[in-house]
Amino acid sequence: MTTPKTGVYVCHCGTNIAAVVDVEEVRDWAASELADKGVVVARDYPFMCSSLGQELIENDIKEYGLERVVVAACSPHMHEKTFREASSNAGLNPYLTELVSIREQVSWVHTDKAKATDKAKAVIAGGVYRVSEQEPLEPLIAPVNSATLIVGGGIAGITAALEIASAGYPVHIVEREPSIGGHMAQYDKTFPTLDCAACILTPKMVDAGAHPNITLHTWSEVVDVSGSVGDFKIKVKHKPRYVVEEDCTGCGICVDKCPVQVIDTGFESGIGYRKAIYTPFPQAVPKYPVLTPENCTYFAKGTCKACEKFCPVDCIDFTQTDEYVELNVGNILLATGFQPFDARRIEAYGYGRLPNVFTSMEFERMSNAAGPTGGKIVLRDGVTEPKSVVIVHCVGSRDKNTNEYCSAICCMQSLKFAHLVKEHTDADVYECYIDMRTPGKGYDEFYNRILDEGTQFIRGRVAEVTDSLRYPEEAGCEGRLMVQVEDTLAGVKRRVPADMVILSTGLEPQPDATEVARMFGVGCSSNGFIIERHAKLAPVATMTDGVFAAGATLGPRDIPTSVSNGAAAAATILSRIAQGEIAMEPYRATVDAERCSGCRICNDLCPFSAITFDEDAMVTEINPKLCQGCGVCVAACPANAISGSGFSHLQIMAQIDGLLSDTSGGAGRHAEEAVGATA
Amino acid sequence: MIPADSRLETCIQCGTCGGSCPSYADMDHTPRQIFALIRAGARDKVLDSNTPWMCVSCYLCAVRCPQQIHIPDVMYALKAKATQEDRVPSHVAPDFSKTFVDYIHKYGRSFEVGLVAKHYLRHHMSRLPGMTTSGIGMVTKGRMGFRPHHIEGMDGLTAILDRATEIEQAKQRAVFEQPANEGAH
Amino acid sequence: MATQYMYYPGCSMDGTGKAYHDSIEAVLPALDIRLAELDDWNCCGATEYMGISPLRSQALVGRNLALAEQQKNGTDTLVAPCSACYVNLARTDAYVRESEELAANVNDALSAGGMSYTPGSVKVRHLLEIMIDDVGLNEIHQHVTRPLAGLKLAPYMGCLVSRPDYDDRWQHREHPHALDQLLLHLGADVVEYSRRTDCCGGHMTQISPDTGLELIRRLIVEAERSGAHALVTVCPMCQMNVDFYQREMNHRFHEDHHMPILFFTQLMGLAFGMPAKDLGFGREIISARPALANIGIEAPLTEEEEAERAAAARPKRRRRGDPTLPAPEPRADQEALR
Repeated sequence: MTTPKTGVYVCHCGTNIAAVVDVEEVRDWAASELADKGVVVARDYPFMCSSLGQELIENDIKEYGLERVVVAACSPHMHEKTFREASSNAGLNPYLTELVSIREQVSWVHTDKAKATDKAKAVIAGGVYRVSEQEPLEPLIAPVNSATLIVGGGIAGITAALEIASAGYPVHIVEREPSIGGHMAQYDKTFPTLDCAACILTPKMVDAGAHPNITLHTWSEVVDVSGSVGDFKIKVKHKPRYVVEEDCTGCGICVDKCPVQVIDTGFESGIGYRKAIYTPFPQAVPKYPVLTPENCTYFAKGTCKACEKFCPVDCIDFTQTDEYVELNVGNILLATGFQPFDARRIEAYGYGRLPNVFTSMEFERMSNAAGPTGGKIVLRDGVTEPKSVVIVHCVGSRDKNTNEYCSAICCMQSLKFAHLVKEHTDADVYECYIDMRTPGKGYDEFYNRILDEGTQFIRGRVAEVTDSLRYPEEAGCEGRLMVQVEDTLAGVKRRVPADMVILSTGLEPQPDATEVARMFGVGCSSNGFIIERHAKLAPVATMTDGVFAAGATLGPRDIPTSVSNGAAAAATILSRIAQGEIAMEPYRATVDAERCSGCRICNDLCPFSAITFDEDAMVTEINPKLCQGCGVCVAACPANAISGSGFSHLQIMAQIDGLLSDTSGGAGRHAEEAVGATA
Repeated sequence: MIPADSRLETCIQCGTCGGSCPSYADMDHTPRQIFALIRAGARDKVLDSNTPWMCVSCYLCAVRCPQQIHIPDVMYALKAKATQEDRVPSHVAPDFSKTFVDYIHKYGRSFEVGLVAKHYLRHHMSRLPGMTTSGIGMVTKGRMGFRPHHIEGMDGLTAILDRATEIEQAKQRAVFEQPANEGAH
Repeated sequence: MATQYMYYPGCSMDGTGKAYHDSIEAVLPALDIRLAELDDWNCCGATEYMGISPLRSQALVGRNLALAEQQKNGTDTLVAPCSACYVNLARTDAYVRESEELAANVNDALSAGGMSYTPGSVKVRHLLEIMIDDVGLNEIHQHVTRPLAGLKLAPYMGCLVSRPDYDDRWQHREHPHALDQLLLHLGADVVEYSRRTDCCGGHMTQISPDTGLELIRRLIVEAERSGAHALVTVCPMCQMNVDFYQREMNHRFHEDHHMPILFFTQLMGLAFGMPAKDLGFGREIISARPALANIGIEAPLTEEEEAERAAAARPKRRRRGDPTLPAPEPRADQEALR
């Protein structure tokens, strides 16, 4: 057993560690009791992660010729990199430095100071024993493919795509709908400036469609993902449009001639119609229509084919099938967006039962000049203008019965609706809210503007929307809706007669969010939104290297935030591409071919598909590029033929020995005594 | 006694309960106001309020509350507390309950005719004349049982209820005991 | 072989709820169901006892559960036809299952009477649930010999069947379609009744007529607005409130409503071909005779009504130039009754 010259550093972390663990006793103990294991210097310091703390390590390496470093401080998740880099700066291989946690694993979880101090000693002993078995390692360098995959062609995805493409690198956007644009394309005006959504979005869509570095895969889905950062293999399914894109001019005659009309539950949010062959909206990018076979007369009965008959360039092709394309990319950005909450789930509001209750998406389409009513605000009969409109906040948000979180945009959206109703009609407008959440730039000013315009605000969460009249004085309200709410500021219950009720529905993850997350190897929270690597400091990265996320797929957010997310993700991706290669942690499993008996127990265990079997040599092989060093195969091999570099059997056993060693010897003082001594 | 924590602290004062309550019109305070008053430590206002007595136990508030607070249970607890402290507001409801409960203590079953008679004679004399036709109708149609039904295990039931009282008194546990502060009475 | 259940009638059964009692006695044997009344059951306390003392009221109800546990004989299901009794029994069982402390206290009290109850050993269900879940709508339909076509009914379930729903059996707690469907399977015309589960006011009619009478008025007015000939209910309290107090309500509001309210088992019996007088008809204060007259004779549908029915049955095709905006379909799970 070697005894390399080792330095031990015990961090106080302010009082986080020092208030529970007697750091000085531990330091002295390490210096004396671990001397025979190679410890030549032991120090304690208030904040090892500070520059001065790091310099302690660097100086000692140079002065003592240290060959190993053990820092006892916080969790490796926090500062392992810091200390490894410090060592590296001083010329010591970074993988000869270990960070052992005496904070998360000791001082933060125990209150008995004497026992905590003993445990800290054991943890440090474990670190020292292990590190003596460590060998220098070099990070694996993998090239980074300069192509990027962006899943989802909404505003976040488009923003990122344009940034990356403008820098000169290829981008693939895979979008499930026939056109890019996402939900933003459905909106009428956007808050707080009341810009027309299409006017600000379509230039970006056109850019994305025209950019030489951007390849659009619309009406497509990703079906398989393999590989790892820098080198992903993506399989994309192009669903058949039944239109030959190369020939299609986008003239729209096929759409005109199609006799089948169905309710458009996609772009028109169920409040308008489309044909069986259609483009979702006039500014669609790309311009090619799609045909949905489930609505098509030809597919149902074998007749019609009007689109084919009338197409002037003969580009309708009923024989098309799914096509698959393989892409190689270095980085992936998930920008798959959200779906609106299904308001039918809240019976009390009557959506689905009472015709004149609308959702926010339905209203957006109605208010949109290019929408099914040409921008006229009307009731479900398509004709009558409402004289009284009530806008309801928090539908499917802030509600333990549906979604607990706040959907971030609905207050602003409701204010916008109030403005739009007043702009298009003479109706009285009421807004029923619990709180008014207007934190963004210009948002509260917008609230004041709406107050000015005369919308009446009622602070109370709507209890019920009903068509049942109740009190004799309501006799004149036959056929209208009643919105029942407690005006909490006035302390009275109100029944507000309304012709139209608009429910500001919350945002939910896409219905297949968990499956998509699994396919890309990222995690979802229990409500289905993708989990970012760090909520504050890495909001667009995920725990999986090389996979990023932007926009509402991470959680409810407004357009400026989604755009920022997209740009931020693009910046990180561009830095990866610019570096051209990525240094991966060298923790890899390797097979000792001499020992491998060919039993293949490990073959099916690898979660990263990194293990293959060489039939000729009858031994297992591990692909170091795919291997993530999880250790499953190491544990499973009955012949001990697989070991992990950086986590070999010897190293792990050594650490266990250290953890279990007797820490009672040495200049031990109990914490109480120490306090007494210094008092 | 409420088995689960009533979670009153999580009330965001949204007003859904008040907005849903069918008998709101007769209440001194809406359910939401009662919770605000409880949290403000306004003990007297709360216990003297007729609000819990006007609750019809329809559970609309309970299924709509976004914080899933057990509102009817809180109302029951307030009624019980008010009764225990003999702070029943000058309202008909507590007396009705008491009359009802007295019959149970006597017979083990409720006695509708007795209850209605006593109650109307005491509180709603003016309604009686208007109800004569309907009242007579109930008799002729066999819907009025003039004799109360006695259960056989009355002694056992009495013992059970007495023992329950003992347990309750021994384990006084109010739903909303607030430290006396703020003087918001 | 008859299916057997334990039966908790509740205090109104031989009084104000007599018609319910009559119709249950008539209908259940026809469905091969035997109800074994709990021996020596006591009052459930309605909503009154909880207001005096929650623990005592749990003990009061606990005695009934304990009796049921003792008297289980091939069945562990206790059926209550009255919604208030049902909720009290279900609540006490749910609470003692949830809280060990409460269970200990309740059993401590019960032991003073020589009794005890094992939480969860009795399953409490409402009579309507038995009909929907155990008997099943198809089975009920099989027994219909005189479909109630022409009789427009407003299904009024009342507030305590689908709420508070301690065991999560109801998906739709405000607009469940269980009673609608049952009546449809009796061949009746069921109107879309928006106040399906709005409270009748419980004891408010006695305590505060201002509130109580207005609460029943809203139910009656809504039934009229929907075009119903009669309200159908599952609870004797609801029936009594709407029935007994209707005249006083009319008087107070200077209006003249005449909306009879019947128990669902009465309608089942009629549809099964049983004579009305065996089903408690005639016991109601607001007479159901005018309503029944609608089906006294098997009236053929008028030509307009025929055409309307045929048109309603055809799949809709959108007319060109029709400005009507499409509306959302019911959710897939909304097809579910509950």
